[in-house]
Formats: sequence, C-alpha cells, structure tokens
Amino acid sequence: MSGSSKTPISPRSLPEEEFFIGHKACAGCGGSLAVRLALKVTGPRSLVAVPAGCMSAVGFLYPQMSFSCNAIISTFAGTASMLSGMAAGARALGWRDVKVVGFAGDGGTADIGLQALSGAIDRRERILYICYDNEGYMNTGVQKSGLTPPGARTTTTPVGSTMRGSSGPKKNMFEIVAANGIAYAATASVGYPQDYLDKVARAASVDGTAYIQVLSPCPTGWGVPSHETTRIAREAVDCGLWVLGEYADGKHILNRDPGTFAPAAEHLRTQGRFKHLTDEDVARVERDRDEQWKKIRDHWLR
Amino acid sequence: MNGGSVPSRRRFLSGNDAVAEGVRLARPHVIAAYPITPQTTVVERLADMVSDGRLSTEYMYVESEHSALSALIGASAVGARTFTASSSQGLLYMAECLHYASGGRFPIVMMNANRSVALPWNILGDQRDSLSLLDSGWIQSYALDAQEALDLTLQAFAVAEHPEVLTPVMVNLDGFVLTHTYEAVDVPPTELADEFLPPFVTANRMDLDRPKSLGFVAGAADNTEFKYLQHVGVLNAAGVIADAEAKFNRIFGRKGGGLAEAYLCDDAEYILITLGSVAGTVRSVVDDLRAAGRRVGLLRLRYLRPFPGKEIAASIGRAKAVGVLEKDISFGHEGAVYTNVLSALARGGNAPPSLNFVAGLGGRDISRADIKGMFDILSDEESPRRFDSPVRFIGLRGAKAGLA
Repeated sequence: MSGSSKTPISPRSLPEEEFFIGHKACAGCGGSLAVRLALKVTGPRSLVAVPAGCMSAVGFLYPQMSFSCNAIISTFAGTASMLSGMAAGARALGWRDVKVVGFAGDGGTADIGLQALSGAIDRRERILYICYDNEGYMNTGVQKSGLTPPGARTTTTPVGSTMRGSSGPKKNMFEIVAANGIAYAATASVGYPQDYLDKVARAASVDGTAYIQVLSPCPTGWGVPSHETTRIAREAVDCGLWVLGEYADGKHILNRDPGTFAPAAEHLRTQGRFKHLTDEDVARVERDRDEQWKKIRDHWLR
Repeated sequence: MNGGSVPSRRRFLSGNDAVAEGVRLARPHVIAAYPITPQTTVVERLADMVSDGRLSTEYMYVESEHSALSALIGASAVGARTFTASSSQGLLYMAECLHYASGGRFPIVMMNANRSVALPWNILGDQRDSLSLLDSGWIQSYALDAQEALDLTLQAFAVAEHPEVLTPVMVNLDGFVLTHTYEAVDVPPTELADEFLPPFVTANRMDLDRPKSLGFVAGAADNTEFKYLQHVGVLNAAGVIADAEAKFNRIFGRKGGGLAEAYLCDDAEYILITLGSVAGTVRSVVDDLRAAGRRVGLLRLRYLRPFPGKEIAASIGRAKAVGVLEKDISFGHEGAVYTNVLSALARGGNAPPSLNFVAGLGGRDISRADIKGMFDILSDEESPRRFDSPVRFIGLRGAKAGLA
C-alpha cells in the first residue's frame, strides 16, 4: 500500500485526483462518498468491482463511465468471488502493486453476497472489501436487508397496526468476518473521515483479506435532508449506536469511546425511518446499545 | 526412447482425464471449480498436475459454482485465460454467471459433464442441464469420445478467444458414459499445443495504462446493439471453428468434424440425427443396417451453438424421414434439439417427416436394439400415421398410446 510509506491522507489534504466522479447518485449519498474517499487512498492502480446495486446503477451508465480507475460490475452475489478472480488473474499475469477493491452495499454483503465473502476470507485472498452500509436495499426502493436496524421503517417493514418497522436484529457482520479469521476488519463512518481514511490505508496494506464496514447514510431511504449525511453519520457514533473498531492480529480494538453517549432519541427521531418510535422503543434501543458497549469495554483493547 | 525414436503419445485415459490433458496443454492462468459428480475427476487431475508441477496456474478453491464462474469472469476481465468445469445442478447454480460471461464477452472455457437435473435426484447422464442453457450465449460442443473431448477442449480456447468471437465455450461430455470410460487417447506434446494455441491477447480487459470500465449498464438506447454484436460473435464462431480445425489438422494430423458430421447420409433414406457419445452406437447400428441393405445414415451434431443449420439442410438430401435422438425433453413441447433441427429443415426448404426420440433420461441405457427400433419406426412405410405423434419416449414402461 502506497499510503503506509507516504504521508497519511487527511480530509484536509485529499489528493486532487478523483476516481469516482460524475455519477448519478442522489444528493448527499453516503455510499458514493465512501467510494470516493477510499479510492483516493488506494489510488490509480485500483481494480474495482461493484455488484449490482446503487453504485453500479449510478456509475456505469454506458457510455458515461464514472470510475477513472479500472472497474467492473459484478453479479449481486459475486463481489468477493469476482474480486478473488481479479486478484488471481493479476497475480498470474504479473501485475504488481495493484489494489483489488470491492464496494458492496449491506444487502450485497450481509445477505446475498455473504457466501462468496466467506469463501474469499477462507482463501486468504488479498482483496479489500468495503461494505457501504446504508442499512437497506436502497437501489430497489428501500427494502429491509439483514443490516436494517430494529425499528427502521422500510417499504417491506412498514409501520402499521401489526408491524412497527423492522423487527429482527442487525446482523453483526464485523464479528462474522472476525470469526472467519480475517486478516483485518474495521468499522467506520463517513462522519469520521480521518478514521475511515486511515483504516482504508491500513486495510490496503494487509497481507490477506480486509473488510471495512462504513456507515453511509442514505438521505433518500432514511428520510433525512441531503446536507445532513455526515452529521447523521457522526452523530450515530457519538450516540454509541455505531462503534468505531478494528479487528487485527486476532484482537478487537476500540478506536473511539464516547464515554457518555449523546441522546439517542433526538438522533433517531430526526430520521424519517425512526419517526414512529415511542419512548419505550427508544429506551429499548438504548438498552441494547448499553449491553453491547459493556461487552466491548470489557473485552476489546483500547 | 533410444535412437531418436518418438515416444508414444497414446495414453489410456477417461473422458475426464482427456479434458484435463487438453486444459493442461492450453496453459490457463486461472482455474476455479467446485466439485460435482461426474465432473470431479477433471478437477482432481488438474490439481494433481498443479501439485506435481506439470501445470502452472492459479488454482482457486471456491465455495460454489456461482463463485467459480464469477471468479473467472473477474480473472478474464484482467486478461487471464480461464477454465472451469461443472455439471447438472452446479451448472444451473452458475446460470446467472453464464449469461454474464457471454454478455461481457469473456472467453472462458468450461467442461460440462452432462447429467440429469433434479428432481428426482439422479447423478447419471442426460443432456437436460446444458440444453436448458442453450440461450445463455455460450458456444456449446458435444464430444463423441475421449479423443474428441481432448481436441475440443484445446480447440475451445482458440475459438473462444478469437477476437471475432470473444464468446465462452462449453464442452459437453456425457456423464459417466464418456466422462468415466477409458480409451486410448493421443496426447500431443506441449510444443505442438503452443504452436496451435497462441497466448491470449484481448482488448476486452482492464488496462493499467488506460483504465476502463467493464460489465457496465446499457439502457434501451444501446442494448440492442450489444446483443446484436453478441449474436454476430457466436455466428462468427462457425468460420473460426473451421479454421481452428484446419490448423489443428495441420499441426496434429487429426481432422475435426465441423459443426456437424454426416455419416453415410448422401444416399440415405432414413437419417438419425443425434449428439454426444451415443452417436458411436448409432454409427455401429448404421453399419449393420447398411450391411443388410438398408439405406440409413447418421448426422452427428458436434456443436449446438452456433447451430449447424446449413449443414443439417445440406445433409438431409433425399431422406424420406429423419429422427432426432436426444437425452432431453422440454416439457409440454418436444426436445430442444428437435425444435432446433426442425427450424433448420424449414429454413432449408426441405423438411421430410420426422420423429423425436427422447431416450437416455437419468442415465437409462440406449441400446443397439433401441436404435434399430428407431430406424424401424422411421422406415415403416406401412404406417403412414407414424408421424402423427412426433415425440416418442423410448422404452417407456406402462406406455400410453402414441408415446412409445
């Protein structure tokens, strides 16, 4: 990874060169921000795969291509397998210093793409897999995925007399890839860009599979103003509802402990998808949060 | 080996072994496959070759057939030569990627061990797996024997990667009957194989100096043109296959059979059209019937895509009736091969009466007596209404009238 030997990239000193630009994403798209920032770290020798989903729908509209590095759309289920094949092909052809990077949404990662991701980790593929987590199938019009948080209203988990948004828990992808024995994993937020950029740099230099799950608000699907993306993403961390952590060398590391949490009720209710939550619902969210944080504070390194 | 004698190139190989040898000679950069009966011995032999250094390749242990083909699309997208093998349920699990590979013009080569499709479960051979994917945009060939399996495999790379084709190729072998039967096979030396098959060069790949986007979105304004070009690519394969066989013959001294191979069809009154290994049995029955003075012939389809429509029309000649024997049924209609043959006959303006013989499903044996029976039905001029029910399930127990 070039970043490890050079000056670390910061939000104030981002390279001018754009690798994902001129796309047709919605205003305030957190996912496209995650892609744009990561590619500034991995650079022009990035070989990118993006599955069917938002980023491919907005970035590959023939004849207007939005990636200025090599890029391809994979099948929905095939991000990690296609990345693996690209890495194998590049190795066989003697291509040096390439970064094989994938960007898949939460549905493409935690649901339909989980098997291929597990296979790639199992094979110790030298690929960087970034999940831009906007907590639902946004490209198809905001349906529930395995990473939709409890209580969130989606078009398949509406709020009515018998259903009050998504009922299941949010699948813990971070622990899943860690249990899979991955070389490096991290959670990040587009609201904390320095932390995210550092993690991309570290992930790209790892000798093995790397996974980053970056919280990427979707103003369209979450029901927030398009200029609030980074604020919401930052607030989620400050409320303790999104953890900034790493898994490396078999150890869990906590990057940021807010100590006391900012109030969750306000953060949640400013989002259209959570507007219906009662005080009791919010209290349950906070209870779950506190339980999770107790485990983290007891067991993770800081 | 003394005195400059040429070492024997003949080896005793199964159909699957022969495919593996063909793959070794093609020197693929990346192999990805997931095991499934009766394909497994192909990937086992390839692993042996990697293990003892006879083959230098990236051998990927993928967790599913979908990932096998998805990985090869990725490898092909950076310009690597690629190979996979599958069968039946595995082939169907890949189905999405089959269309993807052909649409993206990634010239992957695959061996498919033709096997029945569940339900009911059955691991034995029929052709319902590959025939259900005739429309996936892949070139499809069907091997007669182990030698042809090797030859078709090596040729598949030359055809697939040709710039005017750029289309993946599926080489089909009848499950067990061909994949697991041992025969004497001529295995050419690698130097000759290198002369036949140059390194893979394509513009349809990622490029570090001139980056590009592949596998993109094309809306209604452009989609037809991409699909037309894909159609032209498969059509172009007909000429490229002929050229590849001519070159192959020049280098290895073995002729190919083109898209379709006619045997004693010129003056034949009754012709059986078929594909795959059963053609060997048909040929032997044709010899017997010829010896008894009956004018019968065999037309073997070696490729189903591109479809040998002209070859079929040209071979039928003055036949009074033709039969199509296939291990397939498209439920509610007829066998897919039969449909394709009828279309070719209609286009040729010479469509004699015909019957569709559905046999060999789930590995049921197709005997010489069965095949003689097919010729007997075709030539039974005492029963002019024999063509009224064109689809005949051979050997059907508890047969309903008109079906057997």
